[in-house]
Amino acid sequence: MTLLGYRLPGMSSLIIWGLLWEAVGQSGLTFFIPPLSEVVATLFSVIGTDAFQKALAETAYAFCVGVLSAICIGIPTGILMGKNRLVDELLLPWVNVFLSAPLTALVPVLMVLFGFGMRAIIITTTLFAIWIIILNARAGVKQINRSLVDMARSFGATPMDAFFKVYLWAALPEILGGIRIGIIRAVKGVIIGQLLISIVGFGALFELYAANFLMGHFWAVLIVLFALAFTISEILAYLERKVSYYAAKR
Amino acid sequence: MPQTSAAETATGATEDTAFEIAVSTRNISKNFGEVEALNDLSLEFPLGQLTSLLGPSGCGKTTLLKIIAGLLEPTSGEVEVNGQKVTGPGPDRAFVFQDFALLPWASVIRNVAFGLELRGVARSEREAVAEDYIRQVGLSGFENAYPHELSGGMRQRVGLARALAVDAEVLLMDEPFSAVDEQTRRKFQEDLLGLVQDQKKTFIFVTHSIEEAVYVSDQVAILLPRPSRVSEIIRPSSFRGKGVDNIRRDPEYLDIVDEIWTSLRRYVE
Repeated sequence: MTLLGYRLPGMSSLIIWGLLWEAVGQSGLTFFIPPLSEVVATLFSVIGTDAFQKALAETAYAFCVGVLSAICIGIPTGILMGKNRLVDELLLPWVNVFLSAPLTALVPVLMVLFGFGMRAIIITTTLFAIWIIILNARAGVKQINRSLVDMARSFGATPMDAFFKVYLWAALPEILGGIRIGIIRAVKGVIIGQLLISIVGFGALFELYAANFLMGHFWAVLIVLFALAFTISEILAYLERKVSYYAAKR
Repeated sequence: MPQTSAAETATGATEDTAFEIAVSTRNISKNFGEVEALNDLSLEFPLGQLTSLLGPSGCGKTTLLKIIAGLLEPTSGEVEVNGQKVTGPGPDRAFVFQDFALLPWASVIRNVAFGLELRGVARSEREAVAEDYIRQVGLSGFENAYPHELSGGMRQRVGLARALAVDAEVLLMDEPFSAVDEQTRRKFQEDLLGLVQDQKKTFIFVTHSIEEAVYVSDQVAILLPRPSRVSEIIRPSSFRGKGVDNIRRDPEYLDIVDEIWTSLRRYVE
């Protein structure tokens, strides 16, 4: 966008929203919204604290393990569903149900099943991410050019070779799209899990700040989380575009 | 009349015993659910020659080719390649696809070497072979290009090189030139004649173009639909040795094209 002949850099509209926030905060309208400048100052002081770093490390751990299991289980499952009619018939209804289900409601059950710790949070994260990864891998395999499958077979590919040398690559753009959405959902999963279980990671931190009315701290951590989620999503979108470049030419 | 003296036509497949048979299909039937694609079809393919399967769409010619390739299983009947019963795809047959079927993420050289890669041939060895065939199909210098950087004709040359690289005795070609432009197609047809001469392989060639079939084939099998059957086998004889430039105006060539059109005309709506 251009304004008065100047080309504005991307997301410069954020400045306006930031100013608005600052104004509302300075006016002292509500204790709930401290000025942005104060939040930013708090942010830098909070980042240095042990509590924050511990929360970040725990969250990162739960997130990474959760996403990794979602990917490692989800992609082969999706490819299998795309290739095998029987498996597809068996699993597809469940995948669709879980994809649209309000998984948050499941967290209390997971807490009962897996305890109040890290394990329940990791499983929550996986459950948030895995369904869309499965569905996309399945869709990716389904759209593989029929003659590419015939080609692999006619040149004597073993099922393993066909999987690793043809299907996986041919479905890669869709798979990566699924992983990207899955990871964004996993960010929600890991936070929701922590908030509901609320004795580890950022969940504990939020609980602490909210209970003590430390709104500056609360917003600071929230901004960090939003920024992290947004950055992860943008990096993934960038990678996906690079792959899609080849995919579009097929 | 040049037509009757030169083009021998036969209703059966076993009329000519002078040729060694590389591939034979016996009493092949294939149903897709209710639909009968092939019904009791028998046909023999002489060694070292090019046989075209020609017919209107829906006559099952691609189905037959895929059954020979082992990609489809016949409902009944059997295929023999060099006396061996076909139970699935095998190293004695290589396939050239209508839509090229190249790996879009792999370079030309990897695509050409892919058949060898799947057979576990070492990288340096298979790339040496691939380079050789890339040169033979006239794509030297494009080894590291990707399929999307090539024209349709060049892509099919890659597909052809890949099929040649595995050194199979039988080459199965499914309308290989139908997705390339007219001029490229003519060049391909001329090159194919040279290939059949040099390679000593058996070619089975599916096409819907009458001119193409007559131009490139040692033997044209005309398939008719509903019920699917081999209606005629035509062996052009007199113009084969006259050079590629003279074939299209040879009287026998023109007569055969005409004759085939006459018999196919009523199947075209």
